[in-house]
Amino acid sequence: MSLDPSRRRFLRGIALGTGALALAGCDRITESASGDAVLGQTEKLTLGAQRLLQGRHALAPEYTEADLSPVFRANGSQMPDSDEYAQLLEHGFADWRLQVDGLVQRPQRLSLAELKRFPSRTQITRHDCVEGWSAIGKWQGVPLKHVLDVAGLKPGARFVVFHCADELEKTLDGSGRYYESIDLVDAYHPQTILAYGMNGKDLPVAHGAPLRLRVERQLGYKQAKYLMRIEVVDSYAALFGGEGGYWEDRGYEWYAGI
Amino acid sequence: MSASVPTDAVAPPTRRYLRRHSLTVRITHWLNVLCLSCLLLSGLQIFNAHPRLYWGKFGADPDHAFLSIGSTSTGNELHGYLQLGSLRIETTGVLGVSGEDGTPTARAFPTWLTVPSYHDLGAGRHWHFFFAWLLVTNGLVYLVHGVLRRHFRRDLLPDRDQLAPRHLWREIRDHARLRFAHGAEARRYNALQKISYLAVIFVLIPLMVLTGLTMSPGLDAAFPFLPGLFGGRPSARSLHFITATLLVAFVVVHVVMVLVSGVWNNLRSMVTGRYAIDDEGTES
Repeated sequence: MSLDPSRRRFLRGIALGTGALALAGCDRITESASGDAVLGQTEKLTLGAQRLLQGRHALAPEYTEADLSPVFRANGSQMPDSDEYAQLLEHGFADWRLQVDGLVQRPQRLSLAELKRFPSRTQITRHDCVEGWSAIGKWQGVPLKHVLDVAGLKPGARFVVFHCADELEKTLDGSGRYYESIDLVDAYHPQTILAYGMNGKDLPVAHGAPLRLRVERQLGYKQAKYLMRIEVVDSYAALFGGEGGYWEDRGYEWYAGI
Repeated sequence: MSASVPTDAVAPPTRRYLRRHSLTVRITHWLNVLCLSCLLLSGLQIFNAHPRLYWGKFGADPDHAFLSIGSTSTGNELHGYLQLGSLRIETTGVLGVSGEDGTPTARAFPTWLTVPSYHDLGAGRHWHFFFAWLLVTNGLVYLVHGVLRRHFRRDLLPDRDQLAPRHLWREIRDHARLRFAHGAEARRYNALQKISYLAVIFVLIPLMVLTGLTMSPGLDAAFPFLPGLFGGRPSARSLHFITATLLVAFVVVHVVMVLVSGVWNNLRSMVTGRYAIDDEGTES
């Protein structure tokens, strides 16, 4: 059984033509707001399914010292480019304060020394970048739960927003400033910590000194670095691009468990 | 047909139609075509964000990659390469460096193999997860149907006679010569066909789904044994890529077989369910 050449050419032409049209169609769907919104709908399905399967307290796998990445790749901002940060760094973050406000009973301004007096947690976990690489590091810090308990949440609190010192994109209006948000399920998860130590040392500048978030059941872009302020809100819609994070405003999912 | 054959020995071939594919099989088959195409192309978009494969519990730029696609520049000329272990193959134009709006650009897979065509990891992930959910749902419908309607047992499980080494050897030779079954023998799938379909349904696609799920930090918390199954998340990611390559190889062979073994009959049977069999009158 064989096809004659003209028929074969015809079939190949059809196949290539449909392929090219289909690919162009995919670009059109992506560029249309409604097309991308439909495709993005599965984020809710993923969040619902994962929360159902993991429950509140399932822990991300923890590793041993032997599993540590020899070199932990630093990503995103590696040095915030502002006079304010330069000054903080120069004084060893002695003047740095973590502001905790928003829907809280008792707003806080916590120094690094004060944060270190909270009960601490050390965990060796895997950092999974949205791009596909993974690195294993050891993090030490205070569980976010303790800080939120000291501040006391007000009724209506639903999300915790992390404001950072770094601008990943230089803009005049400050819309390029890094920020992130998580819901209260992740905020009160035992492995969600504000880390001031990495691999047994103070958190290096390239990895977010003096303080970064670790929210271990989600991807790397949720692990906000250079924390300056924690704001408790009922909705993040009014902040920056309204999607709940720097990368979320640029097309990534808010729920980064996948 | 040679003239020396006595005419009375040739019974006129009679064409009969049988219902080869159930409605569920036909619908799930074409949805699968859609899902796998979109998953492949959006998967390559995601791969382009970090075109390196590792084995082990961690894997990032400072670590050893057993496969990578990249580019180097000499002067103002870009060269693309595929590196596999210590073997480096120059792939400018297709892998590592290819045209984007007419300009040679450093990108692992070319625009015509990614969705969207331009670099957009966020959009690629939207496509990938949408069609991953659809693939899994579609697959479950197919599996339940296959068990309840005895599709697997009746149509896909090789018959005892088909598994005899002599029979298998004949099938391999027949395939190599592109000779296909006719008449009564064409009523069932051949053994090679059955084995490859079973391998895709029960090995490759489940492996694809499982390695994909292992890459999710959320599901690794829910099922902490997942990364260990494959030797780590980077290993699972590599297996995801390798399994995808095997699926592509299956599809290529599958499509070639469909084309050469009676394309219109095959297509008709997967669209309307009706498959024509020409009985030669005598059992051969």
